[in-house]
Amino acid sequence: MQIKFTLNHQPVTLEADPSMRAIDLLREHCGLTGPKEGCSTGECGACAVWINGVTRLSCLMLAAQLQGQSVVTVEGVNPDSPDTLHPVQEAFVNCGAVQCGYCTPGMIMTAAQLLACERTPSRERIREAISGNLCRCTGYHKIVDAVEAAAQAMDREIS
Amino acid sequence: MKTLSFIEDIGRRSPRFDAPDKARGKEKFASDLYPENLLWAGALRAGIPHGEIRSIIVDRALSMAGVHAVLTRKDVPGPNRQGFVYWDMPVLCGKKVRHAGDAVALVIAETREILAKALESIQVDISPLPVVDSIDAALSDQAPKVHDLTTGNLLKAATITKGDPAVLATCDILLEEYFSTPVQEHAYLETENGVARLDKEGILHLIVSTQAPFRDRLEIARALGLDPGKIHITAPYLGGGFGGKDGATVQCLLALAALHAKGRPVKMWWDREESMVAGYKRHAARMHYCLGAKKDGELVALKCEIDYDTGAYAHLGVEIMALGLEHAAGPYRIPNMEAKGRCIYTNNPIAGAFRGFGVAQVSFAFEGMMDRLALKLNMDPLALRRKNALIRGDKNCADITMTHSTGMAECLLRLADHYLWTDRGKWVAAAPRFKRRGVGISAVFNGMGYGHGLPDYAVAKVRLTQSGTIRVYNGVSDMGQGNASTFVQMAVEILCQDRENMELVQPDTDRTHPSGSSSAGRTTYTYGNALIKACTALRDKLCNRAALMLLMDDARGFAMVPGAVRHLATGKEISLAALAAIMHPEDRLCVADHLMVTTPEMPQGGEAFSLGFPHLIYPFAAHLARVEVDELTGGVCVKDYLAFTDGGRVLNPQTFEQQVQGAVAQGIGYALCEAVQTTQSLISTRDLSTYILPTSLDLPDIQSHCVETIEHSGPFGMKGIGEVGLNGPLPAIGSALIHAGLPMNRAPFTPERILAALQGQADKKKEPPCR
Repeated sequence: MQIKFTLNHQPVTLEADPSMRAIDLLREHCGLTGPKEGCSTGECGACAVWINGVTRLSCLMLAAQLQGQSVVTVEGVNPDSPDTLHPVQEAFVNCGAVQCGYCTPGMIMTAAQLLACERTPSRERIREAISGNLCRCTGYHKIVDAVEAAAQAMDREIS
Repeated sequence: MKTLSFIEDIGRRSPRFDAPDKARGKEKFASDLYPENLLWAGALRAGIPHGEIRSIIVDRALSMAGVHAVLTRKDVPGPNRQGFVYWDMPVLCGKKVRHAGDAVALVIAETREILAKALESIQVDISPLPVVDSIDAALSDQAPKVHDLTTGNLLKAATITKGDPAVLATCDILLEEYFSTPVQEHAYLETENGVARLDKEGILHLIVSTQAPFRDRLEIARALGLDPGKIHITAPYLGGGFGGKDGATVQCLLALAALHAKGRPVKMWWDREESMVAGYKRHAARMHYCLGAKKDGELVALKCEIDYDTGAYAHLGVEIMALGLEHAAGPYRIPNMEAKGRCIYTNNPIAGAFRGFGVAQVSFAFEGMMDRLALKLNMDPLALRRKNALIRGDKNCADITMTHSTGMAECLLRLADHYLWTDRGKWVAAAPRFKRRGVGISAVFNGMGYGHGLPDYAVAKVRLTQSGTIRVYNGVSDMGQGNASTFVQMAVEILCQDRENMELVQPDTDRTHPSGSSSAGRTTYTYGNALIKACTALRDKLCNRAALMLLMDDARGFAMVPGAVRHLATGKEISLAALAAIMHPEDRLCVADHLMVTTPEMPQGGEAFSLGFPHLIYPFAAHLARVEVDELTGGVCVKDYLAFTDGGRVLNPQTFEQQVQGAVAQGIGYALCEAVQTTQSLISTRDLSTYILPTSLDLPDIQSHCVETIEHSGPFGMKGIGEVGLNGPLPAIGSALIHAGLPMNRAPFTPERILAALQGQADKKKEPPCR
């Protein structure tokens, strides 16, 4: 089946089995290995991407569901200047929120979406928002720090 | 990211070298590799925990379109044996299966879908044997043997003795308790995987998520009867390891598959369920402790018996037990000890290396005894620990003299001054209705390095490249702890370069040198010591070559500056690129090695262990947990957490905090919710909705402070702290509960167990008396 969608702000048309999982389409056919597979059952959040601006788990979606949608992976999170880091990515780096880095892309997608909706979420609110993304390395402390720092940086940019 | 204009030298809170690419999603983990024309390999798991294989019928699988090969024991070319010290684990089982995750057949197919169908179509006939599902079952007289040992299912027993343990009977205070700890899953987010390919020259290339690429090469060669010189392994950044990728996971299966793939690349990637069924775990332990003390709280004697369930295969079970015995009485001055250990085979999932390596278990027991002693004596539990804490010159419980950095007392002193401790009375009293609060502490340690009997060495390599950059060849896997980034920081310190001028190569058996495994808190310590020597040699060499170029008598008066070597008196400089251009490539390279010191002392009974015992250098930590118990649900919530850690000098505060916070998080999971459940040795927790990992809502902010001793043998004065942080949370939370009137002897502290304790039901299983 022909699948047409927008991937990281570029239109793409692919020939793919519609019953293939979206994560496999992205990783194997499109070469975007930012979305990670940690559980295959929607429990870990490592495969999170944006579908029409909303965080979704690509391991629970089929390729056919991408038809006509706008898909953004961590590789496309900063479309205006792809060579620099998105404020959330920059905060993850600077605050030490990255250890093994395997949960990082999904965590960044979730966090960036939170900050797209809320300018200055509290630590508790951040913890709630990322609670569907498992991390085994950090204990989340520095991830919460990073999201808080990114919120402040983005808030400064806006105001 | 903005270019940072300062030199990110030692001691600075620098962002990690690997972080930007990981945050971009650009870093390629082994699992991100999909070489062109690849095949998929997968193993058929026994599904039965103990039995004899009667037949494996593969005809249907073989006849399926897209199936390239179906391999069984008869296709394994070598001795088919994997393992560290005990080579007891088959690559593919031929006659007998010893746990449900044993591999009995290996399929190679065009796609994952075909692979799954082919695996389903294989008919395996296994005649079940009685299941050895517990330590008791394993030790009973009628127990079937998991392996053909003359000692039954007892893999190893040992007793460590210090002083005269018989004085226990004459102590003022005598306490006796039983403790047990659960099986814990590593649960790294990147499950076990790799890709392999056999090239035209007969070289087998593997890219694997592994903590020990150099050991893997030897293991694959041994198990499959291959020439290790024809095996090339690369270890990219791992998506977590924690000990679970130290040892054979996919390596031998992948290599075997590649031998049958006609030169095509083969990928094997265990899904979460396979990782849980076939992967390694933390050993369950049961511990019987008898502690004697004087009325003033001075520790006198300990007798303890510690049993570890190693599951179907030894892995590093004996060495894990050895560390349990070595640390059995805690970081305390205790003149008399008898610690008996047994490592026991069962048909349970395989237990192996896991952060905290045998010490996480005994930490619960010895700190549990300290709290019970404090209650018995009506003594402040922190004062009791400080009174007995090891200081330099003391002999620890394994009779090893503390000749290196020993910050235990200082960690406790710092903790005693912290408001989370000093304000505890007020906080506990302010508990809301139906909540009960407690504040607990723990004092823990963890021997660093391989220990006696196994040389802990590393070989570092650093190069000035043709273009004038500095390239560090890391020989020890980075499983997420940040050692590779710290190596760059060390090279930056010595060679005075900007980070932008640095390059990093990850472990590769062709390009980097054998430097041991990423484990045992040794990674940064041992390789770092070697790297300092290599970088210093390179610096001296570059100054010398600059002197030649600038027509100076010798290298005196030269110094390295970013991008160049400068003659300080004249201000003349030569750029690194210009130096590189005149130097022979072999001259632009420095290699140096380091061997960790070991103790010449051997405790009585320690000869039983051929390797991994005892240790000389120990990091220490004191932890505090503020815990709130819901009296209606039995739920336990850690409200605040605090850790003081003695890791010698801190090379990068950010990485230091990362290690502590991550270890504490894993330790809180171990204390509250993580337990691999089995029924008749079959795992029932096969996914992340039944095996519960702490989420961001389950953990508090974790305050981490360093207590900077100086470890003179370590690179820039550091020692490894990867493990010690895991040992603190279980006893600290246990301590908080006991001081809230809820003494718990079994971990994890699930709501069911807490409710039972609230209702006054003792948390003590009837256990056999002292052996």
